[in-house]
Amino acid sequence: MNVSGTGAPNAHNAKVMNRFELTKRLVAQLDHDEAVIGGIGNTNFDLWAAGQRSQNFYMLGSMGLAIPIAFGVAIAQPNRHVIALEGDGSLLMQLGCLSTVAMQKPGNLTIIIWDNGLYQITGSQPTASASTADLVAIARASGIANSHWAADEDDFDAQVAAALNGGGPTLIAARIDGEPGVGATDRDPVQIRERFMRGLGVRRASGA
Amino acid sequence: MTDTQTGQATWYETVLATLKANDVRLVTYVPDRVLTPLIKAVHEDAFFTAFPCTREEEAIGIVSGAWMGGMRGAVLMQTSGFGTLPNALASLVAPCQIPALIFVSQRGTLGEFNLGQALVCRTVQPVLDSIGIESHTITRQDELAFIVDRSIKQAVATQAPVTFILSPLLTGGKIFGA
Ligand SMILES: Cc1ncc(C[n+]2csc(CCOP(=O)(O)OP(=O)(O)O)c2C)c(N)n1
Repeated sequence: MNVSGTGAPNAHNAKVMNRFELTKRLVAQLDHDEAVIGGIGNTNFDLWAAGQRSQNFYMLGSMGLAIPIAFGVAIAQPNRHVIALEGDGSLLMQLGCLSTVAMQKPGNLTIIIWDNGLYQITGSQPTASASTADLVAIARASGIANSHWAADEDDFDAQVAAALNGGGPTLIAARIDGEPGVGATDRDPVQIRERFMRGLGVRRASGA
Repeated sequence: MTDTQTGQATWYETVLATLKANDVRLVTYVPDRVLTPLIKAVHEDAFFTAFPCTREEEAIGIVSGAWMGGMRGAVLMQTSGFGTLPNALASLVAPCQIPALIFVSQRGTLGEFNLGQALVCRTVQPVLDSIGIESHTITRQDELAFIVDRSIKQAVATQAPVTFILSPLLTGGKIFGA
């Protein structure tokens, strides 16, 4: 069994990177209060550890729904850029959402896939992307033409910068190692949701 | 447009008008034959952003995100679609207190011809009750606007999802052989 977390058999030129490192690089580029939806488990944990922002939504359950949730935010707030972070296993659970996003063409949506080829958090069982499935090819075939592997850290930064300029939907996939997330989110769904809504300017703090 | 025989509004005209009156602008759905006139009507009305999703969970996720971004949304589905939802309801909508408005076209009762539909139909109410989600099975046109309008207002005010089960007594349902 391959537990090395190399993933993405067809992305031969893509370097294997680290999710926490790339998450920090992503967050460092966010200077317009962009919304970020973190998928279940490690994706969320690294987003949390990369520096908490009130424009982050940490999805505690509902495996596979980070992209649909981000898409919903993007519909409601067309002037804000929205980023979905999702693991390969989670994406494979809800592949149809790529087709829906492609059909509706939200210009303000970026999807980032952390492909470790693993269901890391449940015991590092290999996903289909470790051997046979190419997630970027799937995204392109779903209709998201602007889908690319990040070749290395600099390429990831450049692709994120381009995506934040608009012209989405964009999908960026990164091959990552098998490391677990470095932090752990709070576990209060109502507080997470309320803080996010304040961060998006939908709610005001009481008394404000 | 009204029912040509009775001169009354049809069930789908009433649902559409009530969504509009409550500023529910987003409608996501997985199709169902009985819902066809409502789906057609929301597509034809520029007030709504309406599109199909590949799974009901996805439709729920989109509406949840839209709510957090300040836009109200409803999800339309068939009974069998509701059968795919317990995890999304129990791990996202209910714990995050998101007022998702869930319309379920009821198959599986009052003349069902497909045993699988009849069985999945029986799972709906126990699932809703076990998660503690408010629900109304609507059978009468004269109660429809009141139930939907008041329940949308309650959902938003109390930050709680609500499910409207549209009975064949209201919609006519799907008839064997039709
Ligand atoms: C519907 C559902 N099925 C299974 C699980 C258990 N589960 C939680 S996280 C996870 C793996 C997620 O894999 P991936 O998205 O690739 O992230 P990674 O763990 O590799 O960071 C699984 C199977 C769940 N929470 N929900």
